[in-house]
Amino acid sequence: MIKDGKKKVWDDYQKEIADDKFYYVRSCIRQTIWPGSENIYLRILKDVLGKDIYESENHTTCTGIGYHSEVVPFETIQTVVARNFSLMKEAGYENYNPSCVTSFGIYTEILETWHHFPDEKKKVINFLKQATNRDFVEPKNLAHTSDVLFKFRNEIAAKAKYKLINKETGKPLKVVDHIGCHYAKMFPNKGVGGAEYPQVLAGLVETFGGEVIDYPERRHCCGFGFRQYLVKANRGYSISASKKKFESMEPFKPDFIITNCPGCNYFMDRWQYALAEMEHKTYGENGYGIPVLTYEEVAGLVLGFDPWEMGMQMHQVDVEPLLKKIGVEYDPSKKFKGANGEDLPLPEKPNHINFSV
Amino acid sequence: MGKEVAIIGGGVAGLEAANQLATLGYNVIIFEKKGQPGGNAAKWDRLFPNRRHTSEVVNSLKSRLNGNPSIMLSTAISSVTKSGNRFVLATKGKNFEADAILLATGFELFPAEKKEEYGYGIYENVITSAELEEMFAKHGKPVMKNGSTPSKIAFIHCVGSRDEKVNKPYCSKVCCVTAVKQAIEVKEAIPAAEVYSLYMDLRMFGPGYEDLYKEAQQIGINFIRGRLSEASELDGGRVQIKTEDTLSSRPLKMSVDMVVLMVGMSPALGTIELISGLGLKPNKDGFVAVADYHLNPIGTGVEGVFVAGACSGPSNITDSVNAARSAAIEIHKYLSK
Repeated sequence: MIKDGKKKVWDDYQKEIADDKFYYVRSCIRQTIWPGSENIYLRILKDVLGKDIYESENHTTCTGIGYHSEVVPFETIQTVVARNFSLMKEAGYENYNPSCVTSFGIYTEILETWHHFPDEKKKVINFLKQATNRDFVEPKNLAHTSDVLFKFRNEIAAKAKYKLINKETGKPLKVVDHIGCHYAKMFPNKGVGGAEYPQVLAGLVETFGGEVIDYPERRHCCGFGFRQYLVKANRGYSISASKKKFESMEPFKPDFIITNCPGCNYFMDRWQYALAEMEHKTYGENGYGIPVLTYEEVAGLVLGFDPWEMGMQMHQVDVEPLLKKIGVEYDPSKKFKGANGEDLPLPEKPNHINFSV
Repeated sequence: MGKEVAIIGGGVAGLEAANQLATLGYNVIIFEKKGQPGGNAAKWDRLFPNRRHTSEVVNSLKSRLNGNPSIMLSTAISSVTKSGNRFVLATKGKNFEADAILLATGFELFPAEKKEEYGYGIYENVITSAELEEMFAKHGKPVMKNGSTPSKIAFIHCVGSRDEKVNKPYCSKVCCVTAVKQAIEVKEAIPAAEVYSLYMDLRMFGPGYEDLYKEAQQIGINFIRGRLSEASELDGGRVQIKTEDTLSSRPLKMSVDMVVLMVGMSPALGTIELISGLGLKPNKDGFVAVADYHLNPIGTGVEGVFVAGACSGPSNITDSVNAARSAAIEIHKYLSK
């Protein structure tokens, strides 16, 4: 690996990311899958970095999953997107900051459409007026939440309590980074570092002390892919895609996987359990899986946030071996306690992959 | 006759045209922006189809540079303007005048790093066809970054050619036969090596090219019809490549020690800026547009300005020599009016 070559590519793909005053837009599925990640992002932005970040209770899903499944027409999704942009303006913000990579891809695609096809934009301005009586506006800046954490990675590192270093060996943790397809693969110049050698997550990992692994199937699909999973008959493709990645990264002994897409997070985490049940095969150390973390969780961990407050007990692959490697102070007995100390239902212990309950 | 001809570019076309024009009695000066004459050919070890050493050809072309024609090395022309029937060529410190101009600025090799998914500049053992020539010249064989001799090599055709994704929709013409030549040379240098050639079509248009292709097949070069989809680095610097074998309709993944990217021809940097001062435009591929593709492929839209070699489109050495000789005749006709 010629590191200078990669850095040259990174230099070619830098984007403008707003400095402050963000209009935050939640994902429709992340709150169910990783309920703590979006909350921790807001806490990092507000409490750690002192930024102005606002979210409106009126914004809706971007309808991206429906659009990619061909149940939401293009005109409809454009109008929904225009409404969300309009809400941003009404709240007094200009910097749109979606949490979901699918949404980020949708917003990027639609802004590009309006740029290249003004007639389409004209049509949507009318639809928006007719349907909601709102005024059309485009954001001044569009940045995914992982872009924003990338921008402030040095500030976060300066306040970090932990580093991505193995406490026992003193060596950097080995990390697999995986960007969502819709983050940069459709529009490489909209992603930090481009699509082939993305920097957005690698930059976080390196700044926090870890080491990124470049393994052969790095670019391969995580196993989501709308057509692979939403069509039930195609789910074999989904798990086989994930399996191909795990087999490719396994020899490099990754300590964890970081992704910036809800689908990647979900499938790389859940399919490790499914593969263990199906084939009695695990890809981590000592019968555990490879933990799959969101970028917010990684930033939260190094800043010293409590892993259970961040919802990391909701992972299918146990994160405790990773917490121990880093030396994170946490209380194992609180793993399945609610926010008010109440007992949460305990998950069923899996048969073929280690998980501390 | 005493009339002056300025040739911009001291590659094969520029040198050959200069020699011909000097023989016809003109005062010829070549402006070459690099420190050595010979252009891209000077970097090549051996030529297709007969594997003749390139230095023989280049040295022959250079051998007549003894006063007329003369050559100014490391001299870039920043602009050319026409004033009456005379042309003014501006360099960094001095202006030159001429009665006719021959554009022979040649080509640039396609910057392989633009095909990001192939990993050039990032993976240690992904090299270009030009770098392989340098290895042949220096070591007589390909050498991996760690100094080892590769035992499995893949040639990737059409890198920066016939590829709309990088805005290079045209064929660079010479890469197919170059790949076949280089594959044979690898096999000769390392007989035990497995050599693969990933191609779209094999455009063996010239005399002796098909023979070369047949020879390659006979000595065991493996030809796979498929474009490279991506390359990834494996532990130890080997390279994993993926393609689809479109003849058997099967995806294919293999690990090799070295990947050679057959980089195509791109318009020479600066040529477009140079001709724009004369009111000339490039063709749709970015090369210098000729006056008439069939009947006047040497002329341009400006009287007294001629073009030869790869600056008007991908050419091999034979094409460039032929074009240079045609240009000499056309310039002679123009200056004899």
